[in-house]
Amino acid sequence: MTAVKIAAEQVNFFYGAKRALQDITVAIRPHVVTAFIGPSGCGKSTFLRTLNRMNDLIPETRLEGAIRIDGQDIYATSVDVVALRRRVGMVFQKSNPFPKSIFENVAYGLKINRLANGRSDLADRVEESLKAAAIWDEVKDRLHEPALSLSGGQQQRLCIARALAIKPDILLMDEPASALDPIATQRIEELIYQLKDQYTIVIVTHNMQQAARVSDFTAFFWLGRLVEFDETRKIFTAPAEKLTEDYVTGRFG
Amino acid sequence: MTRSLLERLIERLLFLSAALSILVTAGIIAVLMVETLAFLREVPILEFLFGTVWTPLFADQHFGVLPLVAGTVVVSTIAMAVALPGGLLVAIYLSEYARPGVRRALKPVLEILAGVPTVVYGYFALLFVTPILQRFIPGLSGFNALGPGIVMGIMILPLVSSLSEDALGSVPNGLREGAFALGATRLQTSLLVVVPAAFSGISAAAILSVSRAIGETMIVAIAAGQQPRLTANPLVPIETMTAYIVQVSLGDTPAGTLEYRTIFAVGMLLFLATFVLNLVSHWLRERFREEYA
Amino acid sequence: MSRHLLDRAFAILGLLGLLAALAALAALLADIMVDGVPRLSWQFLTSYPSRRASSAGVYPALIGSLYVIGLTALMAVPVGVAAAVYLEEYGAKGRLGRIIEINIANLAGVPSIVYGLLGLGLFVRAMSLGRSVVAGAATLALLALPVVILSTREALRAVPKSLREGSYALGATKWQTTQYQVLPAAIPGILTGVILALSRAIGETAPLITIGALTYVPFAPDSIWSPFTVLPIQIFNWVSRPQAGFAANAAAGILVLLVLLVAMNSTAVVIRDRLQRRRLS
Repeated sequence: MTAVKIAAEQVNFFYGAKRALQDITVAIRPHVVTAFIGPSGCGKSTFLRTLNRMNDLIPETRLEGAIRIDGQDIYATSVDVVALRRRVGMVFQKSNPFPKSIFENVAYGLKINRLANGRSDLADRVEESLKAAAIWDEVKDRLHEPALSLSGGQQQRLCIARALAIKPDILLMDEPASALDPIATQRIEELIYQLKDQYTIVIVTHNMQQAARVSDFTAFFWLGRLVEFDETRKIFTAPAEKLTEDYVTGRFG
Repeated sequence: MTRSLLERLIERLLFLSAALSILVTAGIIAVLMVETLAFLREVPILEFLFGTVWTPLFADQHFGVLPLVAGTVVVSTIAMAVALPGGLLVAIYLSEYARPGVRRALKPVLEILAGVPTVVYGYFALLFVTPILQRFIPGLSGFNALGPGIVMGIMILPLVSSLSEDALGSVPNGLREGAFALGATRLQTSLLVVVPAAFSGISAAAILSVSRAIGETMIVAIAAGQQPRLTANPLVPIETMTAYIVQVSLGDTPAGTLEYRTIFAVGMLLFLATFVLNLVSHWLRERFREEYA
Repeated sequence: MSRHLLDRAFAILGLLGLLAALAALAALLADIMVDGVPRLSWQFLTSYPSRRASSAGVYPALIGSLYVIGLTALMAVPVGVAAAVYLEEYGAKGRLGRIIEINIANLAGVPSIVYGLLGLGLFVRAMSLGRSVVAGAATLALLALPVVILSTREALRAVPKSLREGSYALGATKWQTTQYQVLPAAIPGILTGVILALSRAIGETAPLITIGALTYVPFAPDSIWSPFTVLPIQIFNWVSRPQAGFAANAAAGILVLLVLLVAMNSTAVVIRDRLQRRRLS
């Protein structure tokens, strides 16, 4: 039996009375990149946000079914949501650095989670995270400048560094390159490729070429349902479902 | 788990701060209630509410509140006669006609007008507006309802205009475009389409302004006089409910006396009136918001 | 063409309406300047009130106003901001939340003189604080509270959701997110609201007269337990006297009050601009 990092079983999700996800069952493997694709409004982002319980922040939402990470049900009442989010990092569609310095952005997660022993350890970890996110060389001389002075692509890599700093095992990325130019996008994609040895990565993208380039597995969502989940190679070359084929060949969406 | 303990402690503290506002309301009601009930043990409620002579500070005491109510109504009516048409006109102009630059330049002026302390308006009413009015209206007393009423209207105008402008602004553009597409002018669109669509929002603004007018104190305490009389004549000295409270507070009326309690009884009436008006205004605003949510 | 003419006429009418409001403001300021400026002097700022208009000054009232407003800020701001954070970030749930919201909206509309009656019954009598600075400040704090809460909520609402999400995603708790991200981002807006509330409070006369603040105080307050007067009450006192000399004093007192208001507001603008610049540049 293959190892499973994240397992969703019969997940239904509701915004008020509206069902946004319908009977999602999927098993995501560790240390691979899994892409969620589908037309906008298909539920791919909603599903991603159930994996670190980000949807808890939206009032009047409800989840049925179970999501297990390393076998533990993350919606069980005993689960500490704050601790969960420390294990499951997230990068958002629109880069959202804090209106503070570059250094403070990365140090924030370390400080609030008390992960650093003293100033020099903090500085070391910030450097390590910025290096891991492939942005260190660009910012090492201006660590104390405002993060908002960086370019869009740099801001997004800073957000990745910020997420990596607290050493999650899973990294969720919600269309991380959708607002970026092709060159910045390419750098993010290279970064994703480098990171997958250490992290389990789940990426939502509306860009099918991107899914094909960066992911090992792909899940195709349509109208709140998971239509097909398989190795990326198969999804793009020989999908089992007609709907998937129509979508990846650009016949709709 | 000290972190979650701290979290819970902080949430408690924050909640208590929010709940304090309930205590303030409860405190207002309790303080007014205690003294009003003590007052009503000595003065029958019907005499208080429907009596036409108010002389608690004279040897021959009468406790009919109607003269104070009349004074309040007269001044407020004059104020609303200035503030409502003026405020609405300004709001329609700013929302439907003015270019953004004009709007940006003129709105701060209205905000300043709203931020001037009321004691300053009182000075203005007594020493500037009334003397000018006296030139045109022979027989206008130095203290009267007209001058302070007009000044109060000027003071309240920004409230009417800014709330009405918000209401007009939240009318969907589609409605305007629909009217323009039928060949309507801006005036026709404004008056026949936009204003009716924003009606409940504008009503909410008007009601809130009435509430502000009847609670306004310093302008009338300074410029309207201290003579409670049951009249609709705006040219003679009168006294409003608020001005009466000020008058008694300035004297040395010992606590526990009937005279002392009169201010709480009058205050209770004032509180109830404004409370009801505020609730109605709030309700109208909520309804308006739902219409265009 | 007549309906277009009507349209133009209305535009002109609207502009005239605005100009009338402007003219009223200009007349008010001009009237006060003409009456008050000749009376303004160092002597006026540093003298005690007097029976002779020409030697009277605003010193005790000025110091009293500063005392009262400082204490009001200390009382109203922490509680008001905390209440707003609770309502906006923690979300009072269900019925209780709705009641609290309606209640605050209502409190904002209660006439200030009713707060004076509350202060008189609660602070001056029941709590035996007397006619002291602390009783006056507590009264004004209750009056300012709804304004602080409402404007703080607005400032919090303007903080983008993405900032909160970014913080939560890093394993921050609600309070950490509020303390380190939301509140700092909202400070310029909160500050504006606080200044607005305090500007209103410093101009308040009626509630302080009601709690029995004195109209003739020949000394400046030296502690929060002192009896006191404030600028608006001093102005009111002078306006109420028939002699012309006191009207000039009232106008000069108004100028002092207006300068104080302008100073408060411009300080707020400067601080806000500086904070915003530091965050963005």
